[in-house]
Amino acid sequence: MKQTPPGLLVSPIRDGTVIDHITAGEALNVLRILGITGTTEECLSIATNVASKHMGKKDIVKIEKRELVKEEVNRIALIAPRATINIIRNYLVTEKKGVEISGILRGVVRCPNPGCISNTSEPIESSFEVTAAGLHCLYCDTVITKDITSHII
Amino acid sequence: MYHIISIKDFEREDIDNLLARAEEIDTQGVYERSLEGKLVALLFFEPSTRTRMSFASALARLGGASICVDSVEGSSIIKGETLADTVRVVSGYVDAIVLRHPREGAARLASEFATVPVINAGDGAGQHPSQTLLDLYTIRQSMPLDAIDVGLLGDLRYGRTAHSLAYALSHYDVTLHTIAPSGLELPEHLLGELKERGMEVIAYEDVSDILPSLDVLYVTRMQRERFPDSASFLNVAQSYRITPEILTGVKNSLIILHPLPRAGEIDPRVDDLPYARYFEQAKNGVPVRMAMLQEVMGQ
Repeated sequence: MKQTPPGLLVSPIRDGTVIDHITAGEALNVLRILGITGTTEECLSIATNVASKHMGKKDIVKIEKRELVKEEVNRIALIAPRATINIIRNYLVTEKKGVEISGILRGVVRCPNPGCISNTSEPIESSFEVTAAGLHCLYCDTVITKDITSHII
Repeated sequence: MYHIISIKDFEREDIDNLLARAEEIDTQGVYERSLEGKLVALLFFEPSTRTRMSFASALARLGGASICVDSVEGSSIIKGETLADTVRVVSGYVDAIVLRHPREGAARLASEFATVPVINAGDGAGQHPSQTLLDLYTIRQSMPLDAIDVGLLGDLRYGRTAHSLAYALSHYDVTLHTIAPSGLELPEHLLGELKERGMEVIAYEDVSDILPSLDVLYVTRMQRERFPDSASFLNVAQSYRITPEILTGVKNSLIILHPLPRAGEIDPRVDDLPYARYFEQAKNGVPVRMAMLQEVMGQ
C-alpha cells in the first residue's frame, strides 16, 4: 500500500484531478460549481486553509477517478482565479493547467434580479456569460460584479 | 431562425440596413403587402397602446393578419402554463410571434422554445428593441447618426428605453450627455460598458448646463415610486420639466424626443415648437416595425 509522504495532509490519488491554489475557504463552492454534490459518486479529499508560500492560505480539492476537462475547470475561475489543475494518472502529474475566465455558467448562479424570467417556474436554467466585468445574465442582462459566491445556487 | 430580442444583438451594419429598409417603406411605399397570407401572434401580457397598435398596423399594411392575446387573464398563463409552453403551442398557429411580457428575459426564453421568429416588444424593465430602432430612425430623419451630442434626461437608472438607446448610440460617433437627479443616474455597469465601447459619457444634474450644445434631447418619464415622497418627486419633476422658457438659446436644429406616454415631463406648449419630434417618433413606429416584421419573416 502506498504511504502518505510526510507533510501531506491527505493521501495522494492514483488517478483523477487535483485542484490546487484555490482561494482559502472556497473549496466547497468550487465543488458546487463543478456540480459535485453529496449525491454524486466521486471520492473526494478536501483540505481548507492549508499554509501556502505564495497565497498565505489556500484550499486543495482532490477528485479521484475523474479528469476534469478545461471547460469544467474554467467555471471556477471567478472565485478561485489562481487555481491550478493537475491531472493525475498512476500517481504522476501528467497535465498541469491554470484557469481562465471564459465560457457560460448554466444553473450555477441565481440571477439577483427578482424580475428575471430565470427566477420563475419556467423550464430553464439560469445562464451567465463569464466576462471581465463579472457575470452577465443572458436573460435579463443583469451583471453580477461582486459577492458572486452568495449567488451560487 | 432570425429573432429580434435585444439591441445588443445588433451590429451597426444590421441597424443601418434595417433603418434603410424602414426609410424605403416610409418614403417610397415599397414592399407593400409583402406579408400577404402571413399570420402573426401579438402576445401582450402587459398593457400597451402604442407598441401593440403599431405592430398591428404595420402587419396590416404589409397584408398580414394578427391574432392577439391582450392580458395574462386572457391566456392560459393564468392556469399556470409556462411561457415556454405557450410559445411552443402558439408557434404552431402562426408565422411569427411578437411578445410583450412583464418579466425581463422573457423574449430570450421565448426564442429558445418557439419554432417561429420572435420579436421582443418589451420585456419588463429589460429590452425594447423596436423602440430603440424607431428612436434611431427619428434622429436619422433629422441628422446623420455621427458627430452629434445626445442628451438623455430623466430616470436613467430604471428607464429601459434610455439604456437601449445609449447602447445603440455607442455604435456611432456620439457624445452622450446624461442628465438625471441623484440616485437615478445610468447604472454603473452600463456606464462601464459604454466607456469600454469608446463612448464619451458626461453626467449633469442640471439640464441648462448642457442644453445649448445638444443636437438631440431624449426625455424619459420619471416615476413617482422612485422617490421617498410626493413632495420630493414633484420638486425634482418640476426642475427637470422641459418648457419653452428653458429652451431659449438652444440650437435651431435641436430635436426633442420622448418614448411616450409623457406625464408632465414636457410642457404641452413645447408641442408647437419646431424642436418637438415625439409624435412623429411615435408615428415612425409603423415603418420601423414593418421593416422588422419583414426582416424576421425573410421578406
